[in-house]
Amino acid sequence: MNRIDQRFSELKQQGRKALIPYITAGDPAPQYTVGFMHALVEAGADVIELGVPFSDPMADGPVIQKACERALKQGTRLVDLLQMVKEFRQTDTTTPVVLMGYLNPIERIGYENFADQAASVGVDGVLIVDMPPEEAEEIGPLLKSRDLAAIFLVAPTTSHQRAATICAHGEGYLYYVSLKGVTGAATLNADDVAEHLAPLREMTNLPLCVGFGIRDGVTAAEVAKVADGVIVGSALVNRIAESVDAPETIPGQLKSVLAEMRSAMDA
Amino acid sequence: MTVSATPTPKTKFSDLTQMPDARGHFGPYGGRFVSETLSFALDELEKTYLSLRDDPEFQAEFDYDLAHYVGRPSPLYHAKRWSESLGGAQIWLKREDLNHTGAHKVNNTIGQALLAKKTGKPRIIAETGAGQHGVASATVAARLGLECDVYMGAADVERQKLNVYRMHLLGARVIPVESGTRTLKDAMNEALRDWVTNVDNTFYIIGTVAGPHPYPLLVRDFNAVVGREARRQSLEQIGRLPDALIACVGGGSNALGLFYPFVEDDGVAMYGVEAGGDGVETGRHAAPLASNAPRGVLHGNRTYLMSDEAGQVSDTHSISAGLDYPGVGPEHALWKDVGRVEYVAANDKEVLEAFRELTHMEGIMPALETAHALAHAKVLAPTMRTDQHIVVNLSGRGDKDIMTVAKLDGIEF
Repeated sequence: MNRIDQRFSELKQQGRKALIPYITAGDPAPQYTVGFMHALVEAGADVIELGVPFSDPMADGPVIQKACERALKQGTRLVDLLQMVKEFRQTDTTTPVVLMGYLNPIERIGYENFADQAASVGVDGVLIVDMPPEEAEEIGPLLKSRDLAAIFLVAPTTSHQRAATICAHGEGYLYYVSLKGVTGAATLNADDVAEHLAPLREMTNLPLCVGFGIRDGVTAAEVAKVADGVIVGSALVNRIAESVDAPETIPGQLKSVLAEMRSAMDA
Repeated sequence: MTVSATPTPKTKFSDLTQMPDARGHFGPYGGRFVSETLSFALDELEKTYLSLRDDPEFQAEFDYDLAHYVGRPSPLYHAKRWSESLGGAQIWLKREDLNHTGAHKVNNTIGQALLAKKTGKPRIIAETGAGQHGVASATVAARLGLECDVYMGAADVERQKLNVYRMHLLGARVIPVESGTRTLKDAMNEALRDWVTNVDNTFYIIGTVAGPHPYPLLVRDFNAVVGREARRQSLEQIGRLPDALIACVGGGSNALGLFYPFVEDDGVAMYGVEAGGDGVETGRHAAPLASNAPRGVLHGNRTYLMSDEAGQVSDTHSISAGLDYPGVGPEHALWKDVGRVEYVAANDKEVLEAFRELTHMEGIMPALETAHALAHAKVLAPTMRTDQHIVVNLSGRGDKDIMTVAKLDGIEF
């Protein structure tokens, strides 16, 4: 069983919701990323979304754009990121890792090559922001045959019909984008989210996870009431940005942001 | 590669008229690679456009605006003196520089503004490189009373000050983009970020034949008036079709506009001229097709894309802000692969020579973008006979570039 499915089934038995942190790999420099991942797990992460830095992150706000710039300035490549996952797996064999990013770096190294390497280092899922299911015909089967979950986004603007298509193609979990806009843009409205999740529940058994606009324990707890998982990105990446000159303090800060959310969600 | 089947192809390239397929693919290129939030808006735009594409009333409205607001048809001018001096083929200039706002860009913004009006959205946004598309967008926004925000790379704001001020005068807001390479691709990133946030009330007027489906289709269609006129004018003025067409290619809208109506005319050779910058061999250029860049995905479509081995989009270099873009329209990518168009590059030095030469010999000052096409005409014409004919798309006028050229001459105003 894929680690993502395993984790969500455990959480369901425990009556808990998933806490899913996102960080950009290689930010502020590649040698820190694996340490950050372990810190996130210690603070209660259930799944880690590891961002693949890209030169043109069109769906991201300034916080993650700058994280990409820092990571790229340090020369972080997709192949380096795969090595980070390999290193992470030496001591953590249970926490699911999802790669999140844009298609071009994957397109460049080749779909099959990517799928082979990702599976062999212990990646569990792939979320490509600029690849809707319609464009996933070629890479989809390559991921599936290696037990890599293809995770898709659903937005507030997604029609009922499209949502059904996305649910049919999605694996691992469904990433519901809570608001129109880029990452880190605003604070979500939990009632709004609940309203949009209800019809999705009828379409799929996939866990519904919500991202965009989750800043603190309060918003995390509100979302956890209606969703199966809470995704937090910019709030963490912001802490990294503020401490690029003292990277040794970052794991502690990531832990404190995440621990606050964990305890609010579990309360 | 999926090429739609036609029972009896009229000519070698008839299949190309069937592109794109229903999902916006031009063979392996094009498509709709966007984040989910935009899917609905693109579906909506596609539906609106396809319902109007063959609607006589919509076409009549478009034609009326092109005639009475833009000033079409634009002339096909025989550059006799320049042709004689090059000592080969006769060169004819399709005078898109004489359009209202001074470039072919307005053909597309008129069309998209009509679509915006149909969708009832009160705000338009646009990206711009040289500022020509920004000016053309600000112009149609002023005419329709729509709010208009134009994203422009900070480096381009600096080198195209005149157009920035023109947009201000037209009532548009110009937003300098400081991220990335601070040029056209970054302006497009930022426009997409704006659109994803304000998709409910905003219509995004993309300025070239790139972006997610249906943009490459509709921008081509709106610019194809250039080629339809040029084809008719060639028959009238030359008495036959030309032997070759030349146009500059950044995203490639003026080139597709000229080329598309000739695609099945096997006897008409076509040359797309990309920005060679310091020279394709130096790596400092903006010529994804001529340099055989790898296939990639950016701004919603798959195409030839300049990127490094890790898939990060490369910095581009060109004297011309309008061609300073690492990708190219997906239809051009297909046309390269099937051999319908030959894509070449002209470097900055050759471009400046062509700019000066046409200005001196014909009294026509071309945009630096356009001067790329002219630079290739200088190479091609002498290899042809004097009874052969080349049509060059004179896609825009050069007033906006006077400061850039003056600076190279060491003149400060």
